[in-house]
Amino acid sequence: MSRNPRQRELITLAVVAAALAALPLFVKDVYLQNVLILTLMYAALSQSWNILGGYCGQISLGHALYFGIGAYVSTILFTKFGIVPWFGMVVSGGLAALMALILGYPCFRLRGHYFTIATIVIAETAYLLFLNWDWVGAALGIQITMRGDNWLNFQFARNKLPYFYFVLVFACVTWLVTWIIEGSKWGYWWRAIKDNPEAAESLGVDVFNSKMAAAAVSAFFTAVGGSFYAQFVSYIDPESVMSFQFSLLMALPAVLGGIGTLWGPALGAAILIPLTEFTRSYFGGSGKGTDLIIYGVLIMIIALARPEGLVSLFSRRASKQAAP
Amino acid sequence: MTTEIIIQSLVSGLLTGLIYALIAVGLSLIFGLMDVVNFAHGEFLMIAMYATFGLALGVALDPILSAPLVAALLFSFGALVYVGIVRYAMRAKANLGMVQIFATFGLAIVMRGLAQLFFTPDYRSISNTWTGGKTLELGGIFLPMPQLVGAMISIFAFVALFFLIKRTDFGKALEATREDAGAVALVGINKNHMFTLGWGLGASLVGLAGAVMATFFYIYPDVGASFALISYVTVALGGFGSVFGALVAGIIVGLIEAITAMLVPPALKSVGIYALYLGVVFLRPRGLFGSL
Repeated sequence: MSRNPRQRELITLAVVAAALAALPLFVKDVYLQNVLILTLMYAALSQSWNILGGYCGQISLGHALYFGIGAYVSTILFTKFGIVPWFGMVVSGGLAALMALILGYPCFRLRGHYFTIATIVIAETAYLLFLNWDWVGAALGIQITMRGDNWLNFQFARNKLPYFYFVLVFACVTWLVTWIIEGSKWGYWWRAIKDNPEAAESLGVDVFNSKMAAAAVSAFFTAVGGSFYAQFVSYIDPESVMSFQFSLLMALPAVLGGIGTLWGPALGAAILIPLTEFTRSYFGGSGKGTDLIIYGVLIMIIALARPEGLVSLFSRRASKQAAP
Repeated sequence: MTTEIIIQSLVSGLLTGLIYALIAVGLSLIFGLMDVVNFAHGEFLMIAMYATFGLALGVALDPILSAPLVAALLFSFGALVYVGIVRYAMRAKANLGMVQIFATFGLAIVMRGLAQLFFTPDYRSISNTWTGGKTLELGGIFLPMPQLVGAMISIFAFVALFFLIKRTDFGKALEATREDAGAVALVGINKNHMFTLGWGLGASLVGLAGAVMATFFYIYPDVGASFALISYVTVALGGFGSVFGALVAGIIVGLIEAITAMLVPPALKSVGIYALYLGVVFLRPRGLFGSL
């Protein structure tokens, strides 16, 4: 087949998505289905992070803020006002994008570590505020009331498959958005900014607005993921949706898989999430920290041995993309 | 709120700030030398605290006496981490910054896991230290002894550090390496050697801080995480790479934390520090004294 590489990427996605869609026919175990759902969720979240962190080179370790906005806005609208989560999902996405623009305005003046620490500090401030804000349940969090299993309420108490198919579509959408961006002028601008902001500016790239656009798109999808997660676990508190740990977990798959690549986040999530879940369930129960040791050693090995990310193992083209 | 209470909290804020400065300065030193942010910095503090605890429990050594020992221990550990991990992370041909972040972050997770494995997640504290539970009264102001002695150790460490950097050949070699790590080879300085010693020195300072912290704070595997963020903020506030900046920023952070705690519920006291950081870097994008 003499198609161009971008079309080949699309066909690969179609094949992978179809294979994943058929997977529940064979995987009946609820625990394994849970792991699949989480893996796809992190693939999507990490892809959203990758848009800002990987393509545009702005390393945010505060994405838990947008994830938290997603989880809280849809949950509050649902539990307090009876508004269906689908609406909450879109609204929270819009709110998170708006928030990213408001925060981006001062933050994008900052470079490197100063920027990264600013993102951490902002997310941590929001986390502390939510932890002490009684109207949103403070440290106790919010239990999402069960209103019956259906797609309108996006609630399924027993059958996990609807969540699986939603999150599969979600992961594909974030992938497609990234794919479209990669081929558009934005994609070229962002990568130019990542490589050398001064040079990009001098060639006429609008650096500031490009970063703002990347932040808004990235925040929107991160919040959608937050709304999904809230419906999926039906209980949220600041610790579980806004803590710093979450910001790291969103960045990690992209970094391990290949930062600034189309398949990096998905590949990273496919390895990291099952590994985390399995080590936790085999070793974690003992509280001995064995799961942490395995997890940490793996991160170190991949970071040191494959700085371009694991996608570089699969194709020469990908490794070229990762190291421009 | 009486004036006395306000002075009281400002003084304890100052003491805490000096200790924050001691925790953070090693991070700044290492960054200044070679542009690497150690994401396991909090875990360095954690093992220093456990080492102090071990010496107190095992050979009944008071934390003040064991402080130099713990600093020496951490010196070897820091040097080892550079030689064993960071040296390789710096060779990465792609995504250099991310590789350094995640190599040290992975180390942090492993250290936390090992601490859980060997020491269990229990909270521990050292009882019957020389300074524990004692206070010093100065004109109606009560100064807790552990923090007071900790602050003194911090001042002493900073004076020694300034002397080391400004007055010794080693300090000059360190400065030269941070100016231009490539060119120092021409004057016979081994870059790798300096980096190893730099990591050792940075780690020994956090070792000293760990011994101080162990006199008044609980010791548990995740203890580093709470102080790591304060360290990063302190270092960035002072300006990455500036030792003097770390000292000033540490004091400011301690004072702002104390003032915030007077105005809002104590659970929100960190918000003041975060707001301060954002306010400063929005006006001065390289922190107070940063040149990098």
